[in-house]
Order: sequence, then structure tokens, then C-alpha cells
Amino acid sequence: MTQLAGGTGVASPPPAPPAPGRKERIGRSRKAREENRAGLLLISPTLVIIAVAVVLPILWAVALAFQDVRLINIRGTGFIGEYTLDNFVEVLTSPGFFQSLWTTVVYSVCGTALAIGIGLVAALALQKPFRGRGLIRASLLLPYVAPVVAATFVWATLLNPQFGFVNWVGRNLLGWEDPVAFLSQRSLPVSLFGLEIDLPIALMTVICFEAWRSFPFAFLFLTARLGAVPGALDEAARIDGATPTQRFRHILWPQLLPTIAVLSVLRFIWTFNNFDDIYLLTGGGAGTQVVSVRVFDYMTARGDIGAAAAQALVLALILAVLVGVYLKLFGRQEEQA
Amino acid sequence: MSSLTRDRIENRLIAILRPIVISVLLIVAVFPFYYMVLLSFRSLDSLLQNPGALWISIEELDLSTYLDVLLPVSDGGQGFIVFMRNSLLVALSTVALTLLVAIPGAYAVSRLKFFGRRQVSGLFLAVYFFPAILLAVPLFVFFTQLGLRGSLIALVIVYVSQVAAVSIYTLKNYFATVPVSLEEAAAIDGCTRLQTMRKISLPLAMPALVSNGLFIFMIAWNEFLFALLFLVERRDSWTVSLGLSQLSGSIEVPTTVLMAGSVILTLPIIILFFASERLLVGGLTAGAEKG
Repeated sequence: MTQLAGGTGVASPPPAPPAPGRKERIGRSRKAREENRAGLLLISPTLVIIAVAVVLPILWAVALAFQDVRLINIRGTGFIGEYTLDNFVEVLTSPGFFQSLWTTVVYSVCGTALAIGIGLVAALALQKPFRGRGLIRASLLLPYVAPVVAATFVWATLLNPQFGFVNWVGRNLLGWEDPVAFLSQRSLPVSLFGLEIDLPIALMTVICFEAWRSFPFAFLFLTARLGAVPGALDEAARIDGATPTQRFRHILWPQLLPTIAVLSVLRFIWTFNNFDDIYLLTGGGAGTQVVSVRVFDYMTARGDIGAAAAQALVLALILAVLVGVYLKLFGRQEEQA
Repeated sequence: MSSLTRDRIENRLIAILRPIVISVLLIVAVFPFYYMVLLSFRSLDSLLQNPGALWISIEELDLSTYLDVLLPVSDGGQGFIVFMRNSLLVALSTVALTLLVAIPGAYAVSRLKFFGRRQVSGLFLAVYFFPAILLAVPLFVFFTQLGLRGSLIALVIVYVSQVAAVSIYTLKNYFATVPVSLEEAAAIDGCTRLQTMRKISLPLAMPALVSNGLFIFMIAWNEFLFALLFLVERRDSWTVSLGLSQLSGSIEVPTTVLMAGSVILTLPIIILFFASERLLVGGLTAGAEKG
């Protein structure tokens, strides 16, 4: 992961071990103390900012989750209050919560898988050098670097049922009978091989948007990893008569697997926490309400701060458990690979 | 023999598929941005009449959308000039302040042994992966208690706290590539630690500093959730992202005018990205999208 950021590493030679002697040791311990002080001094501005703007607010969020705080009585709220478990009872028994948790899981798993899949295809397709490859590579990164508000806005316009380009193409070139409201329709009945299936169209749309926006991230990492695969391996397999799919299966895939595992964790975490995309695309409507959007709704629309904090806390805990289990199961394999 | 033909078939198939896949990916990635620019030059009438048009003739070209979106509200526009100024102010301050605290921090983590160094790294990692929405709740309460005054300074502090950890992580790796012997030589020549940092380590880590700075700028410029929480009540302190999202919900402002706003929001990032793509890719992979 750090190979791109690290640049060319110039390894410094290890310092020669000092001769054991009383004088030396005193000198070293004074130097160590001085180094300790300097280190703490230099890191302290960062620590102060993180403590004030991250750690303290999070502790407060935990305190809020155990209090009956509403937007109306917000003025007098602080760390200390009447602690109660009511928020958690309310949150866990409200029918919408598990639905939105399930939506979050489906959204994160599908979005992550799709983004990494497309990123892999892109990295493989652009593996061989050709004229203009650099420009194409850079262009493929655009969805990732573009501001999310602009990206969601242009896609909402493209998918608009009245004047959206996608619906225009569908109706004029693909023979759709009715325009599809991609972002506001919960389900779309489609007949496939004579079977009537209800597609969760809005959810599928936000998943595709997530894949569109984050495949460049996977593409970038996998391209870097592909560049580090020793060419001799591939050459030897080619001489032995391995076909391209065989070479991918037996040579590239095992090399890429650790990178894909790391990518899966990173993308899953970020997608699981994602708020902007869904809030801006659908506002959480039509079956796309993920937990973070639900927290926002509780906070602003309902003004139920305590319940919002409790839900956000549950979200963070579930994420921690999922990542913990994953690392427990696969962490060792990654180290070996 | 059969594997030889299979090899030939597969190679033939890949030779055909590769350019198709590349073209499809390129269209999917770039087309929305082309469409954004296209719509920003059209009038709403011409869009509604012909949604399928993918180019415009010279006489159709309508620049009034940009005028509409940039003019101040008092002149009947949407005031994006003010939003641009706010975004620029927030992003540049975030970059300056983050580098100011992250450079010494990164140097300390990479060079100095101090008590709690490992715990500090763990804390940074935790900050990095934390759900922003959990942080949003107490901050929302705090700013409601203060009377919801849109303060750009508070926003900058929150941004710095979010990106400082990533910056330290990135810069740390670069400081590690500066040979210790160079610093030791400077120390022998009588430089203090701060002088060594300024004269030796910083100039050598300059590419990293620039790429990191650009990366922070992009995060701060693109950020939406915290801007929404902090600034929504005060129109004159909206950032471009917030302005666009708030106005896109209203019926009075035509879509094509807001497309001009989208271009204004996106263009600085795209210019920055293509101008410094080599440098930036390093920053992108080291950090990511948290902001």
C-alpha cells in the first residue's frame, strides 16, 4: 500500500553499535530523553487538534446516545445528564432500523465488489503500453477526483425521467415504453425469461454510481501492483504454452490477491460510512436509506439527537466488529501472501 | 495442439476485446463531464426540446448561464463568486494549517523515538476510518447551541483534524527516505534540530509536500457533509459544493444554470489534477477520500 507513496526508498545504514561503557550509556539516555521531549513537542499540535475536533466530540456523541436529547431542549445539554438506555431500545425496536442496516450492507458489499471488479478489468486492459495510455489512465481517474456534489448532480440530470439523456436513449434507441425514474422508484418489474422480477431500481442505481465513482481507486492500486509483478514469471509461463486466461489464473491472480484483499477492506469501510452520495442522489428515499442518511434524518428532520447518536454508535460498532472479524479470518493469510 | 488453438482463440479474443473495453470505460468515466460542460452552454428551452443532442451549434451557444450563476444575488444571479471565494479560503487555509502541524508531526513519527509513538499511529488510523456521521452528531449539537452561526474557521479546524492523520502518514514515508547521515552531518556542522529540518529534510521532501498539499486542497474543496452542517443557515458563507446542492433542490433555478455552477465547482479540480497528475497519484493512493 505504501509502495506508491513511499517513492524510492533510500535505506540508511544501521548506526554502528556504541561500545559498551558507562559514559556512553549516560550520554545516550540523555539523548533519548531529549529525543522523547522533542518528539512529543513536535507531535503535540496534531494531537491537540485531533483531541479537540475528533476525540472529544466522539466522547460527547457517546454521552448523547445515552441521554434523552431533542433539538428543542438542546441548549442545556452537556456531557453529564440523565443516562438512559431508551435511545437504544427505541432504535433497535423501530422497524426501519434493520431495514436500513440491511440496505447499508447490500450497498457496501455490492458497491465494493463492483468497483473492484471494474477496476481490475481496467487495470488489465491498460496493462500493455500504447500511445496515449497515460492520458487515458488519468482520464479514468476523473470520477474519483471530481467533487461529489457535481458528480451526483450531473448524474441526476442524466437519469432524469423528463429530459435525462439516459431515458432519451432508452426510449428512442432501446425501445423502452416508459421512462424509468432511476432515483425515485423503489422497484421496477422486469420480465426475464418469462419470469416477473422486481428490481430494486433506486438501490441498484446508487450502487452503480458508487462503482462509477470509486472504481478508479481500485484501478490505481491494481495498476501499481501489476507493474510490480516480475515479467520473468509471465514470460516463463508463456514459453510453457500457458494461454492468457491460464496465465491470469495462475500467475497474476495470486499476485493481485493481497492487494484486492486490502482494497476490499478499505472500500467496504468507506462505502459503509458513506453519506454524501446517497443523500445527494435520492435523499434516502425509494429504498436507499442507509444508516448514515437515517442518522442525518433523525438529527435534522426529527430533531431526535439522542436516537441519532445511538444509531451512529451502533453503525460504528458494527463496522468495527465486521472489520475485526475480517482481519481475524484473513489477516494471517494476507501476511503470508 | 488443442492448447495451441485455445491460445490463439484467446489471444484473438483479447485483441478484439481490449480496445472495446478501454473505449467503454473511457466513455463511462468522461461522458458525464462532457455532458456537464455541454449543458452549461445550452438554454433550458433547447434542452427540453431536444434532450438527445450531444453537441451544439455556435448560434445555440448560450453564455448567459455563467453570468447567471456568477453574479451576486443583488444583481439577480446566484452568487457563486462569493461561494468560490469561501471555498478557496477554506481549502487554502486547510492546506496551510494541515501542513503546518503535519510536517513537525511526520518528522517526529519518522525520526524520533518518543513515548507513545505506536499509540499515536493507532489513534491516527482510528480517526481515519471513523464514520463521519458519528462526528456529525456532536458537532451539530455544538453549533446549534452556539446559535448556528456559519463559521468558516470552525470548518477549517474540523477539516484539519480529519486530514492531519493522513498527511502525517504520507509525509512520514518521505522523511524516511531522507538519509539520516545528511541530517547527522548538519548536526555536526552545528545546526539545531529545527534548522536541520528546515535546511535539509524539508527541501528534500518537497515533492511529497506539494502532492500532499494538492491532495488536501482537493479534499477540502470537495467536502460536503460538514459544510452542510456548519454553514447551511448563512448563505454568504456557503462553499461552492454547498451552494450547488442547496440550489439544485429549488425549482426557480434552471438546470442549465446549475450545470454552469457544476463546471465552476469541478473545473479547478480537473485543471489541478491534469497539471499535477504524476505528483497527485502518490497523494491519492496514500490518502483517500476522507474529508
